Amino acid sequence: MGNMVRVVVAKPGLDGHDRGAKVVARALRDAGHEVIYTGLRRTPQQIVDTVRDEDARFLGLSSLSGAHAHLFPKICSLLTEQGLGDVIVFGGGIIPEDDKPPLFDAGIKAIFGPGTLTQEILDFIEEAASRADSGVGSDSDWHW
Amino acid sequence: MLNDSILAALGGDRRAIARLLSAIESEKVSINEVKLEIEELGKFSESSDSDSWDSIAITGAPGVGKSCICDKLLTQWAELGMNVVLLAVDPSSPRSGGALLGDRIRLSVVDDEKLKDRVFIRSVATRKTSGSVPFVLKDMVDFMLLIGWDKIIIETVGAGQADIRCAAVGDRIVVVEGPARGDGVQAEKAGLLELADCVLVNKSDLPGAKKHADEIKESLELADGEVPEVILVSALKNQGIEEMSIALLDLKSSGRSEKAKWRERLLATHERKIMSNPKIESILEKLSSGTMQLEDALEELE
Repeated sequence: MGNMVRVVVAKPGLDGHDRGAKVVARALRDAGHEVIYTGLRRTPQQIVDTVRDEDARFLGLSSLSGAHAHLFPKICSLLTEQGLGDVIVFGGGIIPEDDKPPLFDAGIKAIFGPGTLTQEILDFIEEAASRADSGVGSDSDWHW
Repeated sequence: MLNDSILAALGGDRRAIARLLSAIESEKVSINEVKLEIEELGKFSESSDSDSWDSIAITGAPGVGKSCICDKLLTQWAELGMNVVLLAVDPSSPRSGGALLGDRIRLSVVDDEKLKDRVFIRSVATRKTSGSVPFVLKDMVDFMLLIGWDKIIIETVGAGQADIRCAAVGDRIVVVEGPARGDGVQAEKAGLLELADCVLVNKSDLPGAKKHADEIKESLELADGEVPEVILVSALKNQGIEEMSIALLDLKSSGRSEKAKWRERLLATHERKIMSNPKIESILEKLSSGTMQLEDALEELE
């Protein structure tokens, strides 16, 4: 696999619903990627540590609890502060339309809601992996 | 470049360590290059006494509790002040080449603020390898030792009775068993159990664990040489954990499987040679289209 990437799929905060995260993890696996699943209820710092030690290029965050507006930007700023600004972050779950712009501003490069085809996520990964400005610490306005 | 990242890794920069592990795993950097660099930097440290082990393989069937056992060992040994690495192996899909690496779900040692800097956990996919550990794992183990980590735990893929490839990478082999894994004859069957330097019977809180441990003990006593210890533990209920961690730390090689270990090392090296041959893809093409015979393929790979 020439274009295989390592992806951490994480569930931050107090949220026990991981069907979506598992479906995404499975789709990535079937597309030839290596997926590291963190399990439930991880803190932002634990997720950043995992991305660092696993040398993951992508981080997928899933939240269905409504805490995304707090947790996602926190994780993005920790990544940038701790020298992991080149990691590409995407999110998914129950995320209202109005909440999306601040998340893109924080460095999230794609947000996938219910009903998204897994192929779309794979297309995003391919596109983001080929760009130089897709890291969470990049100033670019580009997002999916 | 390599020089800088090795210097950073020696200084404890975890991102540098993680990236070098990736480079070694994908064979972009060889362990010999790393060794040379470290020698040039004058930071080469010989491993201490040969009687103690550097790497220990934890193996056993899927679901017996290998990950939970590894979590307890990491915690216990980190508390003793050691720097401990866990290389947790899960299988790659033979169809897509992808992998779902889920061992972290059961690892709570990283939640401990006091201990998390003393442990390094890395999930590893088997990639092109056929056995329960990929052949690059030996290099990843050697790398972590070279940069000064004390003990390396290898958690293998859930292993069947004949999955003995882990013997090629671990200085010591620990087989994890559990209750309700068949009758007494299962313990008598040849295979993985024979190579064990120690057997852990996990889930000792469940009925049948003690009986299963006795059956394994009986079976092991029938063979020649040093009899490996059989230890009852419950990773879930925290029973027997301290005894287990002390016993494993001092674990001596049972010595009755040296030849078998070297056979596995030989086979692993041979397999690696074949799989890294640049001609392998075209030969596989020819084999699958029927334009080449197996014997000819082997000859061409020589």
